[in-house]
Amino acid sequence: MFGFSLRPRKAASANTAKERLQILLAHERSGAAARPDCLPQLQREILDVIRRHMQIGDEAIDIRMERGDELSSLEINIEFPGKLGVN
Amino acid sequence: MSKDLTLEEPMGRVIVVTSGKGGVGKTTTSAAVGAELARRGHKTVVIDFDVGLRNLDMIMGCERRVVFDFINVIQGDAKLKQALIRDRRLENLAVLPTSQTRDKDALTKEGVEKVLEELRKEFDYIICDSPAGIERGAQMAMHFADEAIVVTNPEVSSVRDSDRVLGLLNSITERAGKTGAEPVKAQVLITRHDKARVDSGEMMTVEDVLEVLAVPLLGIIPESKAVLRASNLGVPVVLDDPSAAAAAYEDAVGRLIGEQIEMRIAADPRRGLLQRLFRRAV
Repeated sequence: MFGFSLRPRKAASANTAKERLQILLAHERSGAAARPDCLPQLQREILDVIRRHMQIGDEAIDIRMERGDELSSLEINIEFPGKLGVN
Repeated sequence: MSKDLTLEEPMGRVIVVTSGKGGVGKTTTSAAVGAELARRGHKTVVIDFDVGLRNLDMIMGCERRVVFDFINVIQGDAKLKQALIRDRRLENLAVLPTSQTRDKDALTKEGVEKVLEELRKEFDYIICDSPAGIERGAQMAMHFADEAIVVTNPEVSSVRDSDRVLGLLNSITERAGKTGAEPVKAQVLITRHDKARVDSGEMMTVEDVLEVLAVPLLGIIPESKAVLRASNLGVPVVLDDPSAAAAAYEDAVGRLIGEQIEMRIAADPRRGLLQRLFRRAV
């Protein structure tokens, strides 16, 4: 009646925008984003360490990241050929 | 049924979204066109060419998942498949984000060409989201294009800049330099079109803009609240709730892939008095 409704209004999209920016900018202002070469370097070092023990190709590594406001996760997948090629 | 054995592999089409002027809706358009192509079943990747001012990731809502970027791939620090971010809503859609920390000099012609060649093999459509301006980043975004979507607002500076960009498409691109090659197929997409203001004579009409630019029209995107909402949420406008802007982008993509769709000028519905009084969402 009179256009009122008891169900809560859809959360305003502006709040979502602000939250997304806060999470992203917190990351970009921190050291993590200031060193752009950190991840390629991390990848090279991980490959080097593994190669001391096993034979793997350059494409065998896959790094994924998910940033959150409380917690971020880094997922590193390394594919080995059919049998573990231990030196 | 056996497949035809042809010498040439199927190759994806490279489409640059460009404008010269900033703030006219290039990234909104890149995200919407990419998402709509993917929804229609075409394998599509959208590339951010705005090195140093990464924004496509925010508009597509994948900003928290960027690990490697376009520049890492060009410089050999990461493989292309590591830098591609697969969309979680549409399996045919991927984003290639750019670097937030480098500058445009990191874009080399050879590097861009190599990445595009690799993408052409995997994707049906490669959408290049150009930065504003006509400097290196914009030139790299358009250089290898087969087609161009020139995003234009019905406003004097935007139309003037579009004309300049159309000139560059016909002079500095790979297709322009190759004798016998078809020129880049350029089409204008008019965005932020406000029907009420056109009707009252405050805004140039679509015909006015086309008369000045003299290129085919891909579509007319109405000024719509849905665009800011989609940007707030990190959702391409065609994947959010139905809106006049989303419908106009769907039509434009239909025309882009060769469908005959009648041009229509849409607008968001006006709110009634009661709705305005009680500020209910339409």
